[in-house]
Amino acid sequence: MPDIFNFLKPKNELENQGGFVENHPYIPEELWVKCPVCKAAMLSSDLMDNHKVCLKCNYHFRIAARQRIEMTIDEGTFTEMDAEMTSANKIDFPDYEKKLKSAKLSSGENESVLTGVGCINGEKTVIAVMNSQFMMGSMGTVTGEKITRAFEYATDKRLPVIIFTVSGGARMQEGILSLMQMAKTSGAVKRHSDAGLLYITVLTDPTTGGVTASFAMEGDIILSEPRALIGFAGPRVIEQTIRQKLPKDFQSAEFLLEKGFIDAVVERRNMKDTLARLIRLHPDTMQKKEVAADERV
Amino acid sequence: MSAFDHVTAARANDRPTSIDYITRIFGDSFFELHGDRRFADDKAVIGGIAELNGKPVTVIGLEKGRNLKERMSRNFGSAHPEGYRKALRLMKQAEKFHRPVICFVDTSGAYCGIGAEERGQGQAIAENLMEMMTLKTPILSIFIGEGGSGGALALAVADEVWMLENAIYSVISPEGCASILWKDSSKTAEASECLKLTAQDLFKLGVIERIIREPKDIESKLFDGLKNLIAETFAKKAALSPERLIELRYNRFRKY
Ligand SMILES: [Zn+2]
Repeated sequence: MPDIFNFLKPKNELENQGGFVENHPYIPEELWVKCPVCKAAMLSSDLMDNHKVCLKCNYHFRIAARQRIEMTIDEGTFTEMDAEMTSANKIDFPDYEKKLKSAKLSSGENESVLTGVGCINGEKTVIAVMNSQFMMGSMGTVTGEKITRAFEYATDKRLPVIIFTVSGGARMQEGILSLMQMAKTSGAVKRHSDAGLLYITVLTDPTTGGVTASFAMEGDIILSEPRALIGFAGPRVIEQTIRQKLPKDFQSAEFLLEKGFIDAVVERRNMKDTLARLIRLHPDTMQKKEVAADERV
Repeated sequence: MSAFDHVTAARANDRPTSIDYITRIFGDSFFELHGDRRFADDKAVIGGIAELNGKPVTVIGLEKGRNLKERMSRNFGSAHPEGYRKALRLMKQAEKFHRPVICFVDTSGAYCGIGAEERGQGQAIAENLMEMMTLKTPILSIFIGEGGSGGALALAVADEVWMLENAIYSVISPEGCASILWKDSSKTAEASECLKLTAQDLFKLGVIERIIREPKDIESKLFDGLKNLIAETFAKKAALSPERLIELRYNRFRKY
C-alpha cells in the first residue's frame, strides 16, 4: 500500500532548506493530508477548497505553477509563452541531463518557470510563475530567458508584469551562465521600469539566492504570502557561517515586512483581488498621453 | 594547471589585493570616499576618485585585506549590503560627473549573516544589477582574485569584464558545489573542473573579454601594462554616446 504521507517528506536536504517540506503536485481525492507545520489532518478536498491553505494554522502549502495560474488568471484568458523551451547542458556538467529529465517528470513542466499573458479580473497582464517542483525553482538559462522575454514582450505591448517567485537560487549545473541570468533579467526589468510600466513581485515560500538578489527584489511593489521564507542566503548557510542558531521567524515574510523590504503580506485567498486592484491603480498614463497627442493631430 | 590550481592561486594570501592595484595604478591621485549615506562604511569595499593619465575616474574595489588584522577589519572581502550601496553611490556619482568606473573584484561572496539579511543583502545586489545596466558612463570590471557569485556580479555588470590569468569566477564555491553533488566538501578539485570557473573557461564561454597574463615578476610588469590597457579602453568607450553604451551593455548580457 502506498504511504500517502510519503510525499510530505523532503526528497533531499536541499529541498528542505526552509524547514518546510515539499508537497506533491497531485493529491488524490478524499485522502487525509497532514499539515507539515501544525500536523493537523484534513481532507484533501477541503484543503483544495481553501486554496491549499491549512484550515487550522493558515500554512500556505506550496503549489504548482499551473495551479497558481488557475487561482490567479481569469478562466480561458491565459496564453502561455515559450512553453516548449528547454535547457541544454552547455558546460557539460555531470548528470545534468538526468537531473533535467527527472525534474520534467516530477513537475510535468519543461522549466522552472511558466510565462504567459492573461487577465486578472479583466486586467490584462504578463505573468510568470516559478515552480518549486522543477529543480527547486533554480535559475537556469531558460528560466532567465523566459523571464527576459516576458519583460521584453510586456515593454513592447505596454503591459504590467507579475511574477510569483519560488526558488532555491542559482542552478549550479549551469555554472556561470546561471549567474548571468541575474544580470540579464535585471536589464529587462530596468527597461520595463524605465518605460513607466508596473512590475509586481509576489514572493512565495521559499525565495532565496540569485532570484532574491535579482528580479524578486526589483518590483515596484513587492508582496509575499504569509510566513514565506525569503532571504539571500539560506538559513543553514547562515548558521554555518555565524556558528549559531537563527532566531525563530528570521527571514519570514513578516520579518522582511518589519525590516522594510516588502510592501505587504497578502493571504492567498485575497491575492487575485489584490493584484487586480493594484493593476487598476496604475493606468498606463504614458500611452494615454500618446493617444491624446494623436487625437490633437 | 588544473582548475583547482587556479582556485588555490586566486585565494593565495600573498596575492595583490585591490589596494595594491589602486596604489600601483593610480598612485597618490587616489582619494578615498567612505560610506553608503544610509547605514555605515563597509570596509570590504574600498572606493574613491583617482586620476588616470590626468583624467578623473571612479575606482571601486572589493578588498580582502593584506594581513590578518586587515582581513578581519575588511571581513575578508565579503561585503554587507552597505558595501554594495556604497559602490552604487559612487557609481551614480561617476555618472553625474561623466567619469568612467573601474571595479576590482576579489571576494569569496557577499556576506551571509544576520545583519546582512536584516539590511537586505538580496535587495542591495539586485539594485546594483538593475542600476548598473543603465548607468550612463563606461564601466570596466577586473577580476583580480576570487569572483564569488552574486557578490562579485554586483560589481561586474560592466561594458567589459577582464580576468587575471589565475582569477576565478563562479556561481558557487567549489566546496559548496562538492557538498551538494557528492555530499563531500573535500572533493573541491573535481567540483572546480565541473564549474568552468577559470579565466580560460570563461573566455571560451564568452563571459569575459580579456585575460590578463600574470608575469612571474608580478610587481614590476603587471600594473603598468594594466594601466595602459585601462586608459586605452576608456578612450574607446568615451567615443560612444551614452545611449549606445547602455544598449551595448544590455546586449552584452542579453546574449547569455
Ligand atoms: Zn497547519
